[in-house]
Amino acid sequence: MNVQLSYKEGVLTAKLFGEIDHHSAKEMRETIDDTAQKLKPYCLRLDFTGVPFMDSSGIGLILGRVRMCGFWRGHVVLCGLSQNLNKMVELSGIAGVAAIERRAG
Amino acid sequence: MKALNQAQVCFSSNSVNESFGRAAVAAFLSQLDPTVADLTDMKTAVSEAVTNAIVHGYKDRMGTVYITIKIFENGKAVVRVRDKGCGIPDIEQAMEPLFTTGGEERAGLGFAVMQSFCDSVRVTSAVGRGTSVTLTKHFGRKE
Repeated sequence: MNVQLSYKEGVLTAKLFGEIDHHSAKEMRETIDDTAQKLKPYCLRLDFTGVPFMDSSGIGLILGRVRMCGFWRGHVVLCGLSQNLNKMVELSGIAGVAAIERRAG
Repeated sequence: MKALNQAQVCFSSNSVNESFGRAAVAAFLSQLDPTVADLTDMKTAVSEAVTNAIVHGYKDRMGTVYITIKIFENGKAVVRVRDKGCGIPDIEQAMEPLFTTGGEERAGLGFAVMQSFCDSVRVTSAVGRGTSVTLTKHFGRKE
């Protein structure tokens, strides 16, 4: 499974695993949306610690989830971004619509 | 200029092959002893070009994606990703950041990423004949 979901006190955390491209993003999106649409969390945390590579499909995945959570006024937080992934995130300017959690230090 | 080495890869436009396409390019370019960051940049650009071929070029049917990789002197690499799909009517518009015909889940960043992660990007296209994207990048050797 390329997504591991956990829910606690209004926060849905989705741990993503493996490379994110147009092909793998589809399955991740379906898994996340299935649960998120039922729980309507006020916060959706996308954890990229287990993602070694992503192309702009990852940005599409994030933007789509920001849009979805907007329907119930929830927000999206990104965490565990490696240097690689961070380059893509910065290029996209997505930091304006999703909060980014940096590791301590 | 004559290439020092070259390789060709072709595969069906199944989206599951996107990872194969970029991995094949990375495997061939590893002989340049590139930094991880440079190699990841090229992998990302190739992933965007291959996805475009699959999602847009062959949007209505299966086809074949062709990749040619050439290595020149001084660590210069040229990767060409080609399809024989529907072609792009307006290349300038297609290359605008955030422009997409791919629907809500596509960010419209493909060409912006290619331009930012490579030294140069050249696109030629003919409607009904297909599209060719040429990515050029210089690889400095690891310190």
